[in-house]
Amino acid sequence: MNDTAQLVQYILTGITVGAIYALVGLGYNIIYNVTEVINFAQGEFVVLGGLVMVFMTNTLHLSLPVGFFLTVSVVTILGALMDKLTIEPIKDANVLTLIIITIAVSIIFRGLAMLIWGRDPYALPAFSKAPPFTLFHAIIQPQALWVLGITTIVVILLSLFFRFTMMGKAMLACADSPEASRLMGIPVKKMVLISFVLSAAIGAVAGIVITPISLMEYDRGALLGLKGFGASILGGLGSFSGAVIAGLILGLIESLCAGYVSSGYKDAIALIVLLLVLFVKPSGFFAGKRASLKKF
Amino acid sequence: MLFLRSVHTYYDSIHALKGISLHVKEGEIVTLIGANGAGKTTLLKTICGLIKPRKGSIQFYGEDITNLPAESIVRRGISLVPEGRMVFSTLSVEANLEMGAFSRRKDKNQMKRDIKNLTSRFPILKERMNQLAGTLSGGEQQILAICRALMAHPKLLIFDEPSMGLSPILTKEIFKVIVGLRKEGRTILLVEQNARAALQIADRGYVLETGKIILEGDTEYLLNHKEIQRAYLGKGYREVWEE
Ligand SMILES: Nc1ncnc2c1ncn2[C@@H]1O[C@H](COP(=O)(O)OP(=O)(O)OP(=O)(O)O)[C@@H](O)[C@H]1O
Ligand SMILES: [Mg+2]
Repeated sequence: MNDTAQLVQYILTGITVGAIYALVGLGYNIIYNVTEVINFAQGEFVVLGGLVMVFMTNTLHLSLPVGFFLTVSVVTILGALMDKLTIEPIKDANVLTLIIITIAVSIIFRGLAMLIWGRDPYALPAFSKAPPFTLFHAIIQPQALWVLGITTIVVILLSLFFRFTMMGKAMLACADSPEASRLMGIPVKKMVLISFVLSAAIGAVAGIVITPISLMEYDRGALLGLKGFGASILGGLGSFSGAVIAGLILGLIESLCAGYVSSGYKDAIALIVLLLVLFVKPSGFFAGKRASLKKF
Repeated sequence: MLFLRSVHTYYDSIHALKGISLHVKEGEIVTLIGANGAGKTTLLKTICGLIKPRKGSIQFYGEDITNLPAESIVRRGISLVPEGRMVFSTLSVEANLEMGAFSRRKDKNQMKRDIKNLTSRFPILKERMNQLAGTLSGGEQQILAICRALMAHPKLLIFDEPSMGLSPILTKEIFKVIVGLRKEGRTILLVEQNARAALQIADRGYVLETGKIILEGDTEYLLNHKEIQRAYLGKGYREVWEE
């Protein structure tokens, strides 16, 4: 493999994992935008997406579309339950309390995943049977294209939802001022529920598409969550386009660093980026005006 | 149209409203005056369902709305222009107006027509349609907050200190808008620190002091009342409602 081929290979790998970080970052942003809560169980939705899909395809032998649909449904229900059982009942909770609750929930999800699936990593078959092909002498897994394609679709659908639908805008209004939202007749609790449902669904999708490439095990959530959090902070909390750009950049840096420096430092990159952003520009680098009007 | 009967509201153990009874008749402008911390905002939030009273009852057009959630109360036709305006600063002006119509979102065409009417009436909003509401000036935000409330087609429009933080000229503009709204047949409940201005456009008024109504009557009576003159219309008070 020559130098260019290697570079192309690193870039492609970087963009693929970056897309997953972007999806996790989007999940954070959706809930944050409605509640100002950082849901630290976001990474767990990704893990559950991958593992439930393993159950659907490897155990129940369901077809890809059916398994995909059922997996997203199951994880979505878990997201809804999380809101109904742990977030909504807390009366007059402040944001910090709720954030701590999400950490507790993430531990519960992880424990459950370990009980059900054990500690082993699981694989999933790639979505299409097509063999890997080469581009500039680099080898590309078709699954990488699935990851990028599905991420693109999710991002487009989300943007349309928040920009053009009454429900989407009402969700943003809730984040801005729950009290004023109630005065407009917006059912705030329902909006929070929808935000958890959406985030869980997106997390599940991320888990389903990445597992054929990187396998999935019960305790992957914390690291995925951290990296997705890095993406959403780097992109400016709450900014969707910011999270996507930042997720891709994070994935790229990580992959290039692993390739040219040492893969041992790979996971530290996200943390270093996170800390740098928080020191230098806590409002993020890619957020528009919207984010600067936020409280923090 | 609106009746409150000995309404008591608490913040935990703080007794904020101590048996408020008042009424607003169709087509009236009724004003509620009182010093800082008297409980004016609390009273308005209680009417709109943001806070639940512990005792007493609230009726709107004969229906008991005491225990309805805020969402249902907007649908019955009560809209509040809240203290401090509370526009959705991270949404565009247009989205703010659309949110005002959330309770009637099924009728998209009517919503478009309403936005058109409001923007031709307040051209300043038209120019700013795609700007984020947080970038508007205070006066513009107040206009937006009023228009947002109007999007719900309220029968009773409640204002909580609409002149707060505005220059005398802008205050005058806002008061003109309020008078205009009454001419269109809307009923108005107006809370103001600027008691003289409020009494000049109102038909009747109530005076609230530490959670109790201590005086009520038509505006003539209140304007000439010795106690009111001393406490709320003191000399040097800016006269903003004079032609
Ligand atoms: N969220 C709250 N929790 C506890 N006490 C409150 C709360 N909001 C208001 N109060 C108290 O209730 C009383 C009435 O407050 P309220 O805001 O209704 O007064 P106001 O007449 O609207 O005053 P202002 O003119 O300053 O707007 C005050 O003593 C206030 O300290
Ligand atoms: Mg007040």
